Amino acid sequence: MHSPRFLGKPTYWLIVLATLAFAFAPLWHDNVELREELLLAAIYVILASNLNLMIGYAGYINFGNIVFFGLGGYFCVWLVSSHGWPLVAAALAGAAAVSVLALLFGLGILRLRGAYFALSTIGVNEGVKAFVANFTPWGGSTGIYLPIDAFAPLGGPATALWVIYFLLVAVMGLSLLLSFAIRNSKLGLGLLAIGQNEDAAAVLGVPTPRYKAFVYSVSAFLPAVAGALFFFKSAFIQPDDAFDLVFSTEAIVGVMLGGQGTVLGPALGAFVYEELRSTLLTAETFSNFQMVIAGALLLLIVLFVPGGLMGWIHRRWPRAKKVLE
Amino acid sequence: MFGILASILDGVLVGAVYGLAAMGLTLIWGVMNVINLTHGAMIVAGMFGLYYLASAAGLPTYSAIPPVAVAGFGFGVCLYWIAVHRVIGRPPLMSLLATFAANLVLIGLGTSAWGTVLFNVPVSLPGLTYEGYTFTGTHMMAAVLTAAIAGLLYLFLYRTRQGKAIRAVAGNREAAELNGIPTTRVLALAFGLGVALACTSGALIATLFPFTVLSGAAYQLKSFVVTVLGGLGNPAGALLGGVALGLLEGAMTPFMPVSWTSIVEFVVFVVVLIAFPAGLLSFRRS
Amino acid sequence: MARQILVAAAAILFALTAFAADEDTLTIGYTVSRTGALNLDSLAQERGFEMWRDEVNAAGGIKAGAKRYKVRFVTYDDQSQGGRVQQLYTRLIVQDHAQFLFSPYSSGLVATATVISEQYGKLMMSIGGAEGKTYQLGNHYLFQTYTPADQYLSGAIALLKEKNPGAKIALVYSDDPFSKAVASATRDQAKQAGLSLVLDESYPPSQTDFSAIINKIVASGADALLGGGHYPDGATLARQLYDQKASLKWATLLVAPDSPQFASLGAAAQGISVPSQWAPQVTYKPDFGPTPAEFTKRFEAKYNIAPGYHAAGGYAGGMLFQHAIERAGSVEPDRVAAELNKMKATTLWGGTQFSTDPKSHGLQLSHQMVLTQWQMEGGKLVKEVIWPASAATAKVAFPYR
Repeated sequence: MHSPRFLGKPTYWLIVLATLAFAFAPLWHDNVELREELLLAAIYVILASNLNLMIGYAGYINFGNIVFFGLGGYFCVWLVSSHGWPLVAAALAGAAAVSVLALLFGLGILRLRGAYFALSTIGVNEGVKAFVANFTPWGGSTGIYLPIDAFAPLGGPATALWVIYFLLVAVMGLSLLLSFAIRNSKLGLGLLAIGQNEDAAAVLGVPTPRYKAFVYSVSAFLPAVAGALFFFKSAFIQPDDAFDLVFSTEAIVGVMLGGQGTVLGPALGAFVYEELRSTLLTAETFSNFQMVIAGALLLLIVLFVPGGLMGWIHRRWPRAKKVLE
Repeated sequence: MFGILASILDGVLVGAVYGLAAMGLTLIWGVMNVINLTHGAMIVAGMFGLYYLASAAGLPTYSAIPPVAVAGFGFGVCLYWIAVHRVIGRPPLMSLLATFAANLVLIGLGTSAWGTVLFNVPVSLPGLTYEGYTFTGTHMMAAVLTAAIAGLLYLFLYRTRQGKAIRAVAGNREAAELNGIPTTRVLALAFGLGVALACTSGALIATLFPFTVLSGAAYQLKSFVVTVLGGLGNPAGALLGGVALGLLEGAMTPFMPVSWTSIVEFVVFVVVLIAFPAGLLSFRRS
Repeated sequence: MARQILVAAAAILFALTAFAADEDTLTIGYTVSRTGALNLDSLAQERGFEMWRDEVNAAGGIKAGAKRYKVRFVTYDDQSQGGRVQQLYTRLIVQDHAQFLFSPYSSGLVATATVISEQYGKLMMSIGGAEGKTYQLGNHYLFQTYTPADQYLSGAIALLKEKNPGAKIALVYSDDPFSKAVASATRDQAKQAGLSLVLDESYPPSQTDFSAIINKIVASGADALLGGGHYPDGATLARQLYDQKASLKWATLLVAPDSPQFASLGAAAQGISVPSQWAPQVTYKPDFGPTPAEFTKRFEAKYNIAPGYHAAGGYAGGMLFQHAIERAGSVEPDRVAAELNKMKATTLWGGTQFSTDPKSHGLQLSHQMVLTQWQMEGGKLVKEVIWPASAATAKVAFPYR
């Protein structure tokens, strides 16, 4: 990651800069409200960036991507509440478990193409949701509550929120770096080839099943960590919130809005979308309208600007392609 | 003992309606390779259509269904031109997202207008009671009407010129174009027809149970399961797939908690997708 | 000359607003489910809040020591989802400077919101959050107005034991935190009363077709049905029970039949009973605030519909805050909390006493439920209180129809 090749690329530095900005901005005047807003934005960025690995690079639409987020949350909260594990260990262990599960699911569904794959990811998400809702060790449909003293090891609720925030910002930075590293690697080239024409890629020697399985599994890890941190912070997890298909879709909106297949695009799109949505949510006139606005926005992008914001920027300023990947 | 049989029979009746709902989805999918993610919203539109015509305007319930179908057709054609036309040739990701986006807009407008209040269309028909189990008249009527509509659809697709044009475009759009068929208009027609079917199924469902603006989502998911079971682009398969799903649900519920049926459905869905990509009942060579 | 007049006018206006600002405002924050599955009941609850606020402000505001505070609400739509609740409550506290909080509606959302209120040390009055587990997580500033979930069906059990000791009960309930808590307690209560449970099953909250479940109820030989969830599923279950002519002698459903809208089901609504946190016919004698009859009259005059228990609970929640602030003579959270912890009062809502046991702080100890039943009177459906006997306004219709 720190080889000279990466250090020379402006995108790398933009990522570092953005991560530092997220980390330091709320510290100015102890701005808790900004922190909460950026926290949600960071989560959208994490989901969109990792989703982009499947959608933007490999061309596989993962409608049910939220299942990783939810399962990561469940593993972590369960390990903390039933077995007393510390947060970071529980989050990492949970994410590892989710990546393994993703590999197993992937074995089944990655042989499907196009729309079939997309629908099967919905099936996986809904199936997992229905299963967890019946799974008593995880609280069934009632979910798991964390008592207030779960925050004690982190220094009490107020401090814990800051710690969790910084951890999430770190995960966000890692997501962007991961996206960047993959794109500039042989794996990335192979994935893009798969996205263009999978059969041709296979004929040309790209090990398609291995690459697909690997990226599907990898794209599950960081969202699972994010889910672990988010649901620990919420001190409460239940199936409807953990496996929310609407949230899953919003990640897709973020990817498309920003420009699928680019490194910074999904992050930018997710950030813009989240800001738009949260403004709409609390604005008096439009607060009932956010679905309409989100849908209209997505429709316009798909119909007229399918390359998203990044696509538009690259077309307008072709030289920017080198700087903003 | 009769309880299990009653459960299965009832499942078949309700399953027919699932099949009708899925017919619209599978038609559009098969003809233009577009997965219509506004399907759920269209079902809800049909429900509201029936509600306003039957309850508010006072039309007898079942005769309000044809106007709903016609309105659905018109709306489908409009939706085609607004959201679908531009993304027809493009990668499937685009059409998926286009219809998905249109769905967000429609459901958002719906919740702004109607909130999530429960609406009900009171219908009473004499049912059949046997040994304490009742098959409601509405369930039976819905199944009968579904069969009738399926029959009409078959006649349309196989005995009329427009229907043949649709099947020609579904088979090979370029060849159809070369043969002088105005393919764009045919696609709009097919889309409108698919939406009309979704609205009609919504109207029928409204005679069975109360609904809200958000009710469509569950039926959309079931429609996917049914479409996959029956094979894409195969309306007859969709009907049979719906009945099969209803039968499966009816057979399962006496033996397991009702909340497990959705898990089984999704497992079936994913397994069928993986193992039988052409559907369990594929009459069409895919 | 004109310019000088303008400046003078501006100065006078400025002075006037400065005087007006001397009167203090008390900001109360909450989220309401304007959209989503919970919106019917959440909005009903908000009407209660708003009526209280309008009456308090019309009377000059809350008196705390030497100051008077006008009440001001800041609210957001939580869309019936826990996902936004924490961000919105943080915003309410940090940006909108809410000094006190009302909870969102429904147990799951209350649990999520409590994490925030506890972090910032803000008092939250929980209205519409019946599940007891929320209060066992170690809070200091949460206060429950509703009777806890585990008592919802105790009235129905007692009634069944009296009317039909050999009753065979089907317990069919929605798979959500509130209904599950009710069901779990009901199981034990039925066993203790010597009644047999012949069916015990949950359904997903989004279930729209109950014909399969009803067939199971018939197959089990049950003659009494207890359960349900919230409005959409409860209303559908009632309607389909009627359509399928299920042969039952008794049916008590949660939440749904309490709404005035339930009557629109017509014959399907008749005889169905519902455990209610409150009904307009109750005859509590309040220590402060209006009587139930006065409240009902004022509510009907303002909103043109009868109040259900959600609205009454909302109104009571505001009143309890007001009373505690007035007794404490201050808006300091700890002093108001101390008053709430001491409180043993009766209002239009019924009894109020909060648990001070740290393991279950805020749990409601003295509020009682009533059981109401839809009965046909002169061709119209009317909700009557049927239990407890001391509060009953009509005889129990058993079998229910």
